[in-house]
Amino acid sequence: MSHVLDEIELEGIELDLFVEAMRRRHGYDFSQYAPASLLRRARLLAERHGGGSISALIHRMLHEPELLPQLLEGLSVPASDMFRDPSVFHALREQVLPMLASHPQINIWQAGCAHGEEVYSLAILLEEAGLYERSQIFATDLSTRALERAHEGIYPLRSAQQWSRNYVAAGGLHSFSNYCSARYGLLKLDRRLRRNVTFAQHNLTADEMFCEAQLVLCRNVLIYFTNPLQQRCLALFRDSLVRDGFLCLGLRERPGAAAAEADFAPVDANLRIYRRGAAMSGRRL
Amino acid sequence: MAAIVLGGSAGGTEALKAVLGGLDPRLPQAVLVCCHTGSETVELLCEMLGHVSQLPVIEAGEREPVRGGVVQVAPAGYHLLVERDFHFTLSADPRVNLSRPSIDVLFASAAAAWRNALIGVVLSGANADGAEGMWELRRLGGCAIVQSPDSALARVMPQAAIDRAGADHCVPLDAIAPLLNRLCLP
Ligand SMILES: C[S@@+](CC[C@H](N)C(=O)[O-])C[C@H]1O[C@@H](n2cnc3c(N)ncnc32)[C@H](O)[C@@H]1O
Repeated sequence: MSHVLDEIELEGIELDLFVEAMRRRHGYDFSQYAPASLLRRARLLAERHGGGSISALIHRMLHEPELLPQLLEGLSVPASDMFRDPSVFHALREQVLPMLASHPQINIWQAGCAHGEEVYSLAILLEEAGLYERSQIFATDLSTRALERAHEGIYPLRSAQQWSRNYVAAGGLHSFSNYCSARYGLLKLDRRLRRNVTFAQHNLTADEMFCEAQLVLCRNVLIYFTNPLQQRCLALFRDSLVRDGFLCLGLRERPGAAAAEADFAPVDANLRIYRRGAAMSGRRL
Repeated sequence: MAAIVLGGSAGGTEALKAVLGGLDPRLPQAVLVCCHTGSETVELLCEMLGHVSQLPVIEAGEREPVRGGVVQVAPAGYHLLVERDFHFTLSADPRVNLSRPSIDVLFASAAAAWRNALIGVVLSGANADGAEGMWELRRLGGCAIVQSPDSALARVMPQAAIDRAGADHCVPLDAIAPLLNRLCLP
């Protein structure tokens, strides 16, 4: 049967082979990522490391293992902001932290922490609520390079204005500049903010529960996954949460599917804040 | 034709009103919109467009199927992509051309999904987003319509599209809806 494959179909084959090679060579499985966004990233990586060709990228991936961190970083493109979606952080401050205050020890799991922007945002919230001393933030990501950057807590200074506005909109009690210093065009977060943060690699496609938590924050990660993988993650989050623990997802994520609805009740559905267990069954706070 | 993708930026809202207001309600195509508004949600934009459009206007949702005869707007703060199985995917990847959603990102993925069954429309705007996407769309056999720069509140975007990709039709704003109706209805 002769069938002339066009360029788009060929590229589809290349992407499948890339995913297969990544899994067999390095043990990372991207087969359940949403194809459209994965292809976009593979193309960008191919431009940077493969002269524009995904096949050439596969060759390098197989033969140059030292390229792996860059590939993982490129495939997952850690992009974030401090207090991104201020209304969410406002709600965490006003509605969630007061409920957590009753716990003697507060564990928070932030899955998909990118360069740590949201980790430091959380640390500031906890600090201002007087809860940070008994809190532990477990910040995880697939990309080891992203985790290194997160640990450094150094960002381009041009973000500062926006982040400062976000901080105010999120109900910040002081001034954003209290938590950072600016030098040489860089913004450096106060390193005291990470005294109770543990950074670690964790792969949501394969790894098991990371910790027992009162709050799981996983924003703008599930949008990159197809439904079965989203369901896996939601089950993982459910199992990680204590009874009545909180889950916070990205603003445009739709955990609507049956499992999620059975396990989580909305605290504020618009802001994608949920609570484990049926205790609040559907009632909005 | 299976889908129409529209992109605009500065002056884009006005242009979108003119185009959507003139579309025939019998249009079976999916209509996808990417407009840089700078606001935090597209709720207001959907409402405004819904007032003038005879087709329903909704925000495109993650993993939702693309729907024919419905205008689906890219959410604020996310890139909108179309899967080969005609479902939406959102991405929080960095801005492209300083924009998220980016017209280039939407057009490129839509072009790969619909190929020659796609019409792309670039409207008024003050940056060059959309030019690369239009090039990709034409390369894969889609039909390119560009608002004539002279009829645009901001001419940079349509001009950039023409310079980069050329166009199958370059027409004034008020001619775009009739042209789409003609191309899309038997
Ligand atoms: C767009 S960023 C979201 C950052 C932040 N949560 C926010 O909303 O601003 C997505 C992050 O998910 C991470 N990620 C992607 N796939 C992952 C996986 N399988 N396991 C863990 N993290 C993953 C990426 O490395 C990236 O840092």
